[in-house]
Amino acid sequence: METKSGFNWFKYASPKTFYPVAGKIIPWCAISAAVLIVYGLYIGLFVAPTDFQQGEGYRIIFVHVPAAWFSMFLYLLMAVYAGMGLVFNAKLSYMMATAIAPTGAMFTLVALVTGSLWGKPMWGAWWVWDARLTSELILLFLYIGYFSLQAAIDDKNRADKASAVLALVGAINVPIIYFSVKWWNTLHQGASVSLTQAPAMAAIMLKGMLIMAIGFWLYSIAVVLIRVRCEILERDNKAAIFKQGL
Amino acid sequence: MQWHSLDEFLAMGGYGFYVWGSFGVTFLVMAIELWLLNKRCQHTSQEVKQEAI
Repeated sequence: METKSGFNWFKYASPKTFYPVAGKIIPWCAISAAVLIVYGLYIGLFVAPTDFQQGEGYRIIFVHVPAAWFSMFLYLLMAVYAGMGLVFNAKLSYMMATAIAPTGAMFTLVALVTGSLWGKPMWGAWWVWDARLTSELILLFLYIGYFSLQAAIDDKNRADKASAVLALVGAINVPIIYFSVKWWNTLHQGASVSLTQAPAMAAIMLKGMLIMAIGFWLYSIAVVLIRVRCEILERDNKAAIFKQGL
Repeated sequence: MQWHSLDEFLAMGGYGFYVWGSFGVTFLVMAIELWLLNKRCQHTSQEVKQEAI
């Protein structure tokens, strides 16, 4: 489809064109991710002052909050790609959704474990069945369900479609996680950073957290692109073997 | 700089286990993801090479 400007928006929707483009983006993202994560760690562990309420224990937020953000954000992104796959029947969209899932699940696990390590000294319990924690655990199960469904169906086309529907239906859980601290009386504290209010934390703490978050974002882009390139090769190879068999 | 000695840094005001545990788990899990991904990509590129022969 050609637009008036002459730029073909669908050109990069083809796995063959996308493969080398992704290859060029990966090193830049990987290097900047490493630099930002090291810088974020430096701020979080050396520069940021002690919290007046939570002492040094609060430093967990420098990994916990960015991981929790990306557990939710990557799920939404996965659902968007899955939805685009269903609407346009685009193979690359399904492959992107498939490639995002493991990284999303990884950040969900990190958010849960670091949250637990924060909960023990602050609340006195590793785990409570609070709305925020429970909905985040459901997010992990949704990711696991997504992989399992894909693995359970042999026909790739059907596996893509079925898991895309699961990803879309499960997306309802993300706003539930995000707003759980407002909607229910949770033990988990409310948001310290929101789009509508001034952040309720020192500027340097916020800076460290945001730098870590951008680092995690670039890490996610690099890892997802490496995985999607791998996925393209695998599917291409299977198709080639299938053709030879005929 | 927040710390006066290495011991103070490692102790994290008594939260050492929890703080280092959190940072440790995060980067360990990320490293495992990279390791698994690397293994998968190597396996795939080998298969593609075999296919080409």
